[in-house]
Amino acid sequence: MAYALQQLINGLTLGAVYGLIAIGYTMVYGIIGMINFAHGDIFMVSAFIAVTAFTLLAAFDITSLPLAITAVLITAIFFTSAYGWAVERMAYRPLRGSTRLAPLISAIGMSIFLQNMVQLTQGARVKPIPPVLEGGIELWRTADFTVQVSWTQIMIVLVTIVLMVAFTWLITQTAFGRQQRACEQDSTMTALLGINVDRTISATFMLGAALAAVAGVMVTVYYGVVDFFIGFVAGIKAFTAAVLGGIGSLPGAMLGGLIIGLIEAFWAAYLSPEYKDVATFAILILVLMFRPSGLLGRPEVEKV
Amino acid sequence: MSSATLLSVENLTMRFGGLTAIDDLSVSVPAGKITAIIGPNGAGKTTFFNCLTGFYKPTTGSVRLVHPKKGEMRLETLTGHRVARDAQVVRTFQNIRLFPKMTVLENLIVAQHNFLQEASRFSIAGIFRLPGYRKAEAEALKTAAHWLDRLGLTGIADVAAGDLPYGTQRRIEIARALCVDPVLLCLDEPAAGLNPRESAELNTLLLSLCREEGIAILLIEHDMSVVMNVSDHICVLNYGRKIAEGTPEEIRNDPQVIKAYLGEDDEETASGGIAA
Amino acid sequence: MSAVIIARHARTPAERFKDAAWVAFIALLLGIPMVGLTTVDEGGALAVHTRFGMLGAFVGASFVGRFIFRWIMDQVRSRRAAKPAVVKVDRTPQAIKVIGWAVLGASIALPIVFSENRYVIDTATTVLIYVMLGWGLNVVVGLAGLLDLGYVAFYAVGAYTYALLFSHFGWTFWEALPVAGAMAATFGILLGYPILRLRGDYLAIVTLGFGEIIRVILVNWTELSNGPNGIGSIPRPTLFGLPFDRNPAEGTQSFATFFGLDFSGMHRIIFLYYLILVLALLTNVFVSRLRKLPVGRAWEALREDEIACKAMGMNVTNVKLSAFAIGAMLGGFAGVFFAARQGFISPESFTFTESATILAIVVLGGMGSQLGVVLAALVLVLLPELGRNFSEYRMLMFGAAMVLIMVWKPGGLLASREPTIRLNKAVTAGGEA
Repeated sequence: MAYALQQLINGLTLGAVYGLIAIGYTMVYGIIGMINFAHGDIFMVSAFIAVTAFTLLAAFDITSLPLAITAVLITAIFFTSAYGWAVERMAYRPLRGSTRLAPLISAIGMSIFLQNMVQLTQGARVKPIPPVLEGGIELWRTADFTVQVSWTQIMIVLVTIVLMVAFTWLITQTAFGRQQRACEQDSTMTALLGINVDRTISATFMLGAALAAVAGVMVTVYYGVVDFFIGFVAGIKAFTAAVLGGIGSLPGAMLGGLIIGLIEAFWAAYLSPEYKDVATFAILILVLMFRPSGLLGRPEVEKV
Repeated sequence: MSSATLLSVENLTMRFGGLTAIDDLSVSVPAGKITAIIGPNGAGKTTFFNCLTGFYKPTTGSVRLVHPKKGEMRLETLTGHRVARDAQVVRTFQNIRLFPKMTVLENLIVAQHNFLQEASRFSIAGIFRLPGYRKAEAEALKTAAHWLDRLGLTGIADVAAGDLPYGTQRRIEIARALCVDPVLLCLDEPAAGLNPRESAELNTLLLSLCREEGIAILLIEHDMSVVMNVSDHICVLNYGRKIAEGTPEEIRNDPQVIKAYLGEDDEETASGGIAA
Repeated sequence: MSAVIIARHARTPAERFKDAAWVAFIALLLGIPMVGLTTVDEGGALAVHTRFGMLGAFVGASFVGRFIFRWIMDQVRSRRAAKPAVVKVDRTPQAIKVIGWAVLGASIALPIVFSENRYVIDTATTVLIYVMLGWGLNVVVGLAGLLDLGYVAFYAVGAYTYALLFSHFGWTFWEALPVAGAMAATFGILLGYPILRLRGDYLAIVTLGFGEIIRVILVNWTELSNGPNGIGSIPRPTLFGLPFDRNPAEGTQSFATFFGLDFSGMHRIIFLYYLILVLALLTNVFVSRLRKLPVGRAWEALREDEIACKAMGMNVTNVKLSAFAIGAMLGGFAGVFFAARQGFISPESFTFTESATILAIVVLGGMGSQLGVVLAALVLVLLPELGRNFSEYRMLMFGAAMVLIMVWKPGGLLASREPTIRLNKAVTAGGEA
């Protein structure tokens, strides 16, 4: 029981991270109807930026924890958004209105490029950073097991909640959110109404990248190591989360992320850690087979 | 109007969530005649086509086809490609859907896929070019050549379909549908984007297909010069309901139709259209 | 989508300068965290190293590159605008035919010319493996328009099928080849059936996951695959039962003794080369034939417009499945050859990078083009051989090239489509009367 509770806590933490990345997939899908395969790598880039930033702060002897984390978050969000913008501008925008296959291949190319770019410029080795945030709260102690919530986990969940609230506000209450939703529904009409569709799409990519950046920082703090390949697996999982929740649906992405995080934690704890990625993949196929619109998505009507 | 019924649609309803696109519609299409479906934009015409041709599954209602060889078939139970393959009800699209990089001839050969695929015996007869397959291919080529000739496309048979002008593409799409050997040919706005000369040619074509080849045609069209000149029977939809049905003459004078098209005051849009 | 293309006129130098400055600024932003800074392991802890020189070079190169690029593009554009468009007769098909035969001739002659150079023949064999894989994947991506990001899985299935059939039942290369192909095709169908009804991008990511899952299984299911240690001492293929051994077993003959030659290690190398050449050529003939059959035309039609296919009464799922299964089968064949040539296989050889490489070959070659695949495979295999730098930058360049080609020439570098059937065989092109 205690062990299960611990897995629940771990799963929720992981799920929050997946959810943050999944939002990027879902938003981009909503607005331009394509899967941004490079999104997982954007997340990876942000993790590297976080590693550099933490190391840099340590070198300058900045030890105040809230200050350090805030500074790293801001740095990561800033640079990662730039990457999100650039990816869209270079690899996707020229291909709007092209064949179905072209943007997908371009996205794969971008993903390969980013992975190798980071490998070349930052090195292929795993990068460890010293623990940023140590300790936690002991929740429950039984004879042979102690349930713990680490401060990092609390931070991840809190940051995610705050971001979700802010994000929901942004999408539902602001002018940008209205434009974004308008573009999702009908970009041609939106353009006719004098809204700069290109800019809205760019902003969507930057926003998705910013959330991925937060996820990247959180993962760096949580695991303490990054390597250039983390974007690949995290990307597949977050994408699965987005599909499970219903691609195009923002609450769906978060819900999907939590479910995937929980399944992964429990699967690894009770069944087999080696095959936890297989579990995610099996879910993806099952969802696509039996409920392609996901848990909260609208069913897609084929336009003829 | 005493010819046999080919297709009878009964109490067809199609809902998308809360929206009722087609509401309890009953229509019958006579064999060997041209039937037109008209109505203002958003009246549910294309949705109706999608229900007939297996692209949508109607919420309720039945679509009965009396196939000349296979007897009665229920189209609403056939999904996807089966409507075209088994019932031979073939359609074209409002926004032309050709295989643009393939040549005109290839487009027409692809339309005969099921026939050729069977002759190729899982491609084995095809790979070794056995006589059975070669014969089938020659036959398919003959069919294609026939329709190319009928639609005046022979000269451009080996040009990529996507490189041709709009009006020509419309004809290619019709030729391609004819290659499926339709019992009922459903044309979704075949005159859209055509110039007056091209629409006049379309009229001649539709009439000859119907009178000479005996193919029943179901037509969605806004161009009244086509509708009024070729149709034997017209059905008017508005907001997913049938508001009138009859010969071109009857429709022209139907007060309901005039109201649907004219609205209350807006004269210029439709009076010209209807009377044309 | 609102793809409104605004014709840009040639710019003034000032405009060009501004444009290049903007690009340089973006390069600076992107470059600071990745190029300008890096973390290096110093005695167990990371330390930040700065590389401002490199960052400066990167930004400068972006500026100059963009400036020159714009300038050239403007020149080209204004020249094009000045000249009336001339209708060019497309001679690409003939040229492709000539080059195709030349490449074929060269590949047949290669072992004769380099009969003592093991390195050249080994490298050429590798090129041919990729050519065969590229032709196999081309069926799925180039013809049917389905993006398969886990193609390496079928390659792995083929390789492991042979390795396992050998180690458990002592099957030879020739016995295992058809079975492995069938096995890969079966995997293709099993994976494809549930997912092929889905949209293209879903398909892509599911195949990506599938490739990864096969690898994870191969690593972890040690009882089956011997895990990361792989399977070794896989026998080499024989020529109608004649092995290429120095000392054939008692009472049997080897290639050398049968033909009365002195034993040479090169015999086997050359034999393997010709074997993959034959396999690749068979693949080519097979695919070219299929393309002219209903199933092949259906693949292309599917790539062009799936809805129209449905309206023509085509069973779209079956068409996709056939493309998937045939692509998988060809990958499986290549896998058997790979296992036989290496004599050892492990999950290491079947990573996503491998899938990406094969996809890059197909994309760079011009999707659907058989010759393009050969040229792309040549570039791809030879580039890393030029030096360590090239091999390090290989995937980086491929990633960038995939993006560039999609943006520039989505049809690929050698994109010219030969019709599968003609009405008038004599007349090549007719104008509208």
